[in-house]
Amino acid sequence: MTWETVIGLETHVELSTATKIFCSCTTEFGGAPNTHCCPVCTGMPGTLPTLNEKVLEYAVKASLALGCTVTRRGRFDRKNYFYPDLPKAYQISQLYLPIGRDGQVPITWGDGERKTIGIHELHMEEDAGKLVHDPWQDLTQCDYNRCGVPLIEIVTEPDFRSGEEVIAYLEKLRSTLQYLGVSDCKMQEGSLRCDVNLSVRPAGTSELGTRTEMKNLNSFKAIGRAIDYEARRQIERIEEGKRVVQETRRWDENKDATYSMRSKENAQDYRYFPEPDIPPIELSDGYLDHLRAEMPELAEAKQARYQAQYGLSGYDARMMTGEKALADFFEDCVALGAEPKNACNWIMTQILRKLKELGAEPGRMAFTPQSLCRLLALVKEGSLNRNTAVAVFDAVFETNGDINEYVKANGLSQVRDTGLIESVVSQVIGDNPQSVSDLKAGKEKAFGFLVGQCMKVLKGQGDPKLVNQLLREKLEKL
Amino acid sequence: MDILDLTALELGQAIKAGQVTIPEATRTALEVIARENPKNNAFITLCADRAMDRAKALQDGLRPDAPPLYGVPMAAKDNLCTQGVKTTCASKILGDFTPPYSATALERLDSAGAVLLGKVNMDEFAMGSTSETSFYGPVKNPRDLTRVPGGSSGGAAAAVAARMGWYALGSDTGGSIRQPGSYCGVTGMKPTYGAVSRYGLIAYASSLDQIGPLCRDARDCAAVLDAMAGRDRRDSTSVDGPYGNVLAQLDGDLRGVRIGLPRECFGQGLDSQVEAAVREMARALAGRGAAVEEFSLPVMDYVVPTYYILASAEASSNLSRFDGVKYGWRAEGYEDLTDLYEKTRTQGFGKEVKRRILLGTFVLSSGYFDAYYKKALQVKSVIAGAYRDAFSKYDLLLTPVAPTTAPKLGQSLHDPLKMYLSDIYTVPVNLAGLPGVSVPCGADRDGLPIGGQLIGPAMGDALVLKAADAYQQEVRP
Amino acid sequence: MKITEEMVDYVAGLSRLRLDPEERGDMTRELEQIVSYMDVLSQVDTQGVEPLSHVLPVCNVTRPDVVEPSFDREALLRGAPKRDEATFLVPKAVE
Repeated sequence: MTWETVIGLETHVELSTATKIFCSCTTEFGGAPNTHCCPVCTGMPGTLPTLNEKVLEYAVKASLALGCTVTRRGRFDRKNYFYPDLPKAYQISQLYLPIGRDGQVPITWGDGERKTIGIHELHMEEDAGKLVHDPWQDLTQCDYNRCGVPLIEIVTEPDFRSGEEVIAYLEKLRSTLQYLGVSDCKMQEGSLRCDVNLSVRPAGTSELGTRTEMKNLNSFKAIGRAIDYEARRQIERIEEGKRVVQETRRWDENKDATYSMRSKENAQDYRYFPEPDIPPIELSDGYLDHLRAEMPELAEAKQARYQAQYGLSGYDARMMTGEKALADFFEDCVALGAEPKNACNWIMTQILRKLKELGAEPGRMAFTPQSLCRLLALVKEGSLNRNTAVAVFDAVFETNGDINEYVKANGLSQVRDTGLIESVVSQVIGDNPQSVSDLKAGKEKAFGFLVGQCMKVLKGQGDPKLVNQLLREKLEKL
Repeated sequence: MDILDLTALELGQAIKAGQVTIPEATRTALEVIARENPKNNAFITLCADRAMDRAKALQDGLRPDAPPLYGVPMAAKDNLCTQGVKTTCASKILGDFTPPYSATALERLDSAGAVLLGKVNMDEFAMGSTSETSFYGPVKNPRDLTRVPGGSSGGAAAAVAARMGWYALGSDTGGSIRQPGSYCGVTGMKPTYGAVSRYGLIAYASSLDQIGPLCRDARDCAAVLDAMAGRDRRDSTSVDGPYGNVLAQLDGDLRGVRIGLPRECFGQGLDSQVEAAVREMARALAGRGAAVEEFSLPVMDYVVPTYYILASAEASSNLSRFDGVKYGWRAEGYEDLTDLYEKTRTQGFGKEVKRRILLGTFVLSSGYFDAYYKKALQVKSVIAGAYRDAFSKYDLLLTPVAPTTAPKLGQSLHDPLKMYLSDIYTVPVNLAGLPGVSVPCGADRDGLPIGGQLIGPAMGDALVLKAADAYQQEVRP
Repeated sequence: MKITEEMVDYVAGLSRLRLDPEERGDMTRELEQIVSYMDVLSQVDTQGVEPLSHVLPVCNVTRPDVVEPSFDREALLRGAPKRDEATFLVPKAVE
């Protein structure tokens, strides 16, 4: 029997506001425990939430960008449960009237395969605190710095059929939210977290199987692997005549497997009800129009424009726009006068290679568009050859060191002194009579050898065009 | 002149006129408290030294343009957070909780020159109508120490009635200012929902709670309201009322004011002496120029169940944070996290609080939410609509505050449903978010005070106090 | 509406309250009495009536996204029943 995997995602995205959703404490990552807190954060009695206007704005922008219908008359609800990471013992969230509903996200993956993923809803909520177990005392420490950090949760329809599709969606989601400027979507810092709901069914059937929910997926790679593992596990169970249990499973990165999490007693009766401390939200046409007008150009529009305006290939345009920071870098280079295709080439081959080597993100690199443009200019004017330019790039990339100084300090400028090159050419011809006669006999390969010998003497810094030209002239005169 | 005979505003004037100093007034109040508190148990925490220090500092800063209540000693219900002063909500579970912040209402009174004498007793978490559910023991009615003072702001009402301070702040979720005001013979006002910031008020039912004053008369209530009302950036449900300075509007003139008496509030279950006194109050209001008539308000059968469903539901959520982790009291001898929660909450809450938490959890739980909680929100809309209709015909409504005068201690708690039903005249005012004031309007054969309730439309706070003041001018000997 | 002891147990569990057998019986009876009284609401025709969650005609109350200094940590921790220098302490809660 062939099986079909059915997947839906619940993605929590931290919004990049300066303050928390319901108080004016900073959202800054890190910080000593309980130092980014006030009585609202620690759930002290008598304190009240006050809604951050930016959270509302960002959630509406995200809803619009994901094709959602924005809820015009909305509000917050309380989700009640006891856990030490939740000081009020309720989370302020949205159940009944989420800010966005019924969205669509078109995705592309593999060799240009396409589909549209349905967004069930998008809602605003507050993050919980951090619990750290202290094995020496067998106690858990509660740090409420993260309490109240603003999140949006984006819930898809069960529209995915493979891990590839899921990753394509997440990349699209990340790029969209980064372009909007509503989140930095850093998985390592937990600003993009994803729970995967997965079930399997015989191919061709339409009824959904029993699903499991997977948590603790900290990278796209982990998500892909966890999906493969969990689908295989469910299929094996069914084929063995066992049942799939509806449960929450945790992905163990080291063991490459999911395992069942203890189900909490009395789970799932959260007793949601409207949050009385926050007045309802009513969004006017004017407000929505204003936000629509503020929406930046998103990845897809940029791709089309890069192809039309700069003549980039579809693939190159996609690569350039995958992450906002990269697209910004590219556009800055173009604005500084770089030839678009050339800049694109360098970004694709050199910058992406270097980022991968260092495990770094485009948004965080020190290397600037100005530096790349200087490098490109040196190549263009012939002061550096391409190989030397790559070496210079490698040397200055991490710290964004000064390119001109580096070139000067290391004597890397290209040799364009005709007299010097001519004397080297004469010397090489004199030293290699065999090659010269080979060439005369029609063995073109020998010419390449002679160029190589010239470059060797010039320590790789000779202008290749000039060396070629002068060597050819001299040989013809022989 | 016995300063204890003065109203808060009169004391403020005497202070400004140099006839009495703030330390003198404060010492006088502390002496009364020392004498009376052992009898009525109105105070949980007394801040004698703090109050005297404050009085001296205020006296030094006294200026001719000081606000009207400058230097006047007062008390605050113990569910209002006071920075550096223990705040218990009359519950074991809060232990020695000392908030690092103060309620906005108290901060504003502070800047208007209030001297805080201490924190007054109440029903645990403001849940009750008798002030008998306090972990710190029941409050007794100063008018008759064998009777309850009403609740939940029983300590505040008793303190004002026994002259242990010139006014007090209470909170009112379903009548908790007005009903003890009525039982103790003081004027108590619940402002429009949102008129006074709830920041720092330990929540019972957030959509119904309001802070308000208990005073010797309506003029004092107006002065306290003026000092603390208005939008607070820390409470998103607080608003600026359109009424401006309330005190300045109390001119005693009720000509052209239409007052409706809901027939359903004068029927079955109402004590005949209470009815007679409230009808007499209606006549006195008419004497000041008001047009009074009866009308039908056909929602009274639904107000108590609607109130208890909504209030308990919110309470079950609001009181979940008391779990022995961040502040307050923690049980001993727990084995794990769940055991810690359960032991702390089971031993830390009293019976009435537990009853309401269970009730509130039930009406929100899966399978019952629609039939109870959602239904109650719909009926709330019907009730609010009925009041809106009434205010299209009348400027004010007049009803009794409670069906009877103060019951004997120990008679109410064994029958919770009966106790809940006695809130019938006050709870709809909270459901509809309206202002209401409880005005002493006579006494029964045993000399126990009776209260009449004036209700206004939303933001009609000035008008209810104006009518209450006009009545008090009319009947003043 | 019939309230059973099982229902009371369930609700008590959700509320993190424990009832001894006697309390359990009392509560069941009292809650049944109260809830039965509440059933009077079923008489009210609420077809098409929007649930009224916020009585105040106010909406869109927000604050600007401007950081204000956080609280002194010691002031927040001072009242904790069990704590260390920097955190609130509870029995093991991490899975």
